[in-house]
Amino acid sequence: MLSVHLVLFLVFGAVALAGAVNLLAQTHPINSALSLIAVMAALAGEYLLLGAEFVAAVQVIVYAGAIMVLFVFVIMLLNAGVEERTKGSRVAILFGIPGMLLGSLLVAWVLLRYSGTGEVAAGALPGAPKTIGPLLFHEFLLPFEITSILILIAIMGAVVLASKPPSSPVPPREGGF
Amino acid sequence: MSVIKSAVVLGVLLGAVAYTVWLERKVVGHIQNRWGPTRVGPFGLLQPIAVGLKLFVKEDLTPPYVYKPLYIAAPLIAIIFALTSISMVPFGNDVVVGGYTIPFQITDVNTGLLIILGITSIGVYGVALAGWSSNNKYSLLGGLRASAQMVSYEISLGLSVVGVLIMAGSFSLRTIVDSQAGLFWGFIPRWNIFTGQFVGFFCYLIAAYAETNRIPFDLPEAETELVAGYHTEYSSMKFAMFFMAEYANMITVGCLATLLFFGGWRGPIFGPGILQAIEPVFWFVAKVVVFLFIYIWVRGTLPRFRYDQLMAFGWKVLLPLSLANLIATAIAVAW
Repeated sequence: MLSVHLVLFLVFGAVALAGAVNLLAQTHPINSALSLIAVMAALAGEYLLLGAEFVAAVQVIVYAGAIMVLFVFVIMLLNAGVEERTKGSRVAILFGIPGMLLGSLLVAWVLLRYSGTGEVAAGALPGAPKTIGPLLFHEFLLPFEITSILILIAIMGAVVLASKPPSSPVPPREGGF
Repeated sequence: MSVIKSAVVLGVLLGAVAYTVWLERKVVGHIQNRWGPTRVGPFGLLQPIAVGLKLFVKEDLTPPYVYKPLYIAAPLIAIIFALTSISMVPFGNDVVVGGYTIPFQITDVNTGLLIILGITSIGVYGVALAGWSSNNKYSLLGGLRASAQMVSYEISLGLSVVGVLIMAGSFSLRTIVDSQAGLFWGFIPRWNIFTGQFVGFFCYLIAAYAETNRIPFDLPEAETELVAGYHTEYSSMKFAMFFMAEYANMITVGCLATLLFFGGWRGPIFGPGILQAIEPVFWFVAKVVVFLFIYIWVRGTLPRFRYDQLMAFGWKVLLPLSLANLIATAIAVAW
């Protein structure tokens, strides 16, 4: 007997997979970026079905609503054209897809076999903001703070890269009188 | 049940959008010493219907060289996400009619506020993609400005409401309203704006103006430099969808301001039973209308920012201010 939960879970999963495949298949970067947004939104739906409302909302706000806007922004700003298929990309398709399938099967098998996690009922995971807050700020405080330092370093790196290099003085003319 | 409610809310919202346009034209008209619409109906009250009809029967042009799938999808994205976010807004108390409890809200989710923020953050794609797919440099510049501006001000918007969240201890809009019940010294309501969230409200108000692309932050459609910005190439109903999305967003922002800072539907309740059931909704609508009036007032008063001023203000003034408000509130609550 399929419950509504399970059907929705499968539907969102199918949307996420289709989006991911479309992301690779599209040749125009803006279509790829939009497929990625669809993947993020579908993942948010999955989180919501598993009872993690907070994570779902953050997924939409941060990934779909902020990070992907910047992706689209950059694509629009550079006016990136259609991607070119070279010989290298054909080789990548030939070996990459079977390799990726093999790799993900391996990872799935190892996780199922050795991680010791069983099935989890939908909505059984702690997902309310009230349970996530203490987890973040008590039990996982150190990883949380280290992550924020990591992000700070990334921001500083971006600022360094984006700031103009100090204008070099005009090179002296060679020769002459 | 929820289908009926959704239909009613959607109908009321679209009607409210139409009459917000009327209100804007009237108020701006009076600010500029004109009458605004007067010809169609008394006080021009039928003007929105005439405008809607006109937009509906106008020729729908699609310019050549646009990227068609996204050109058509962009106004749909804008209007769909603008209309969806209203589903989390509670308009009033539960009403009991013949044994049935009718909540004045489509759905009550315990992360309602986050979901509204999420939905509005997706709405930016409508504007950005419209600008890009139109294949027009003015549209593209408008779309770029919109996406940069909305991402920048979203952070201040999010941080400015965290103060309220700390005080209420919940993301549920209903709980937030309930936390503002009661009076100080018997006459000042305990709304968040009076209990120390004034700075938060100030930050929210400014960030909300920027999020909805309204004057003084309407750079994405600055007509003096960008023709009409991101919707330059749109006509007929596709243009109307952007227009409706903008006004629906204004209304949602006004509803949120009312819920978070002005006690939602709370107000003096008196009179017989039937009146008591209606009054909360009346107070809610009245507060939202006041908020919309301020929107229009600002539009009629302030000039437009320059783009670098807009960015500098968002990152160097508004963001530190909302962070300071957050820290101050956290310290005060922890005390």
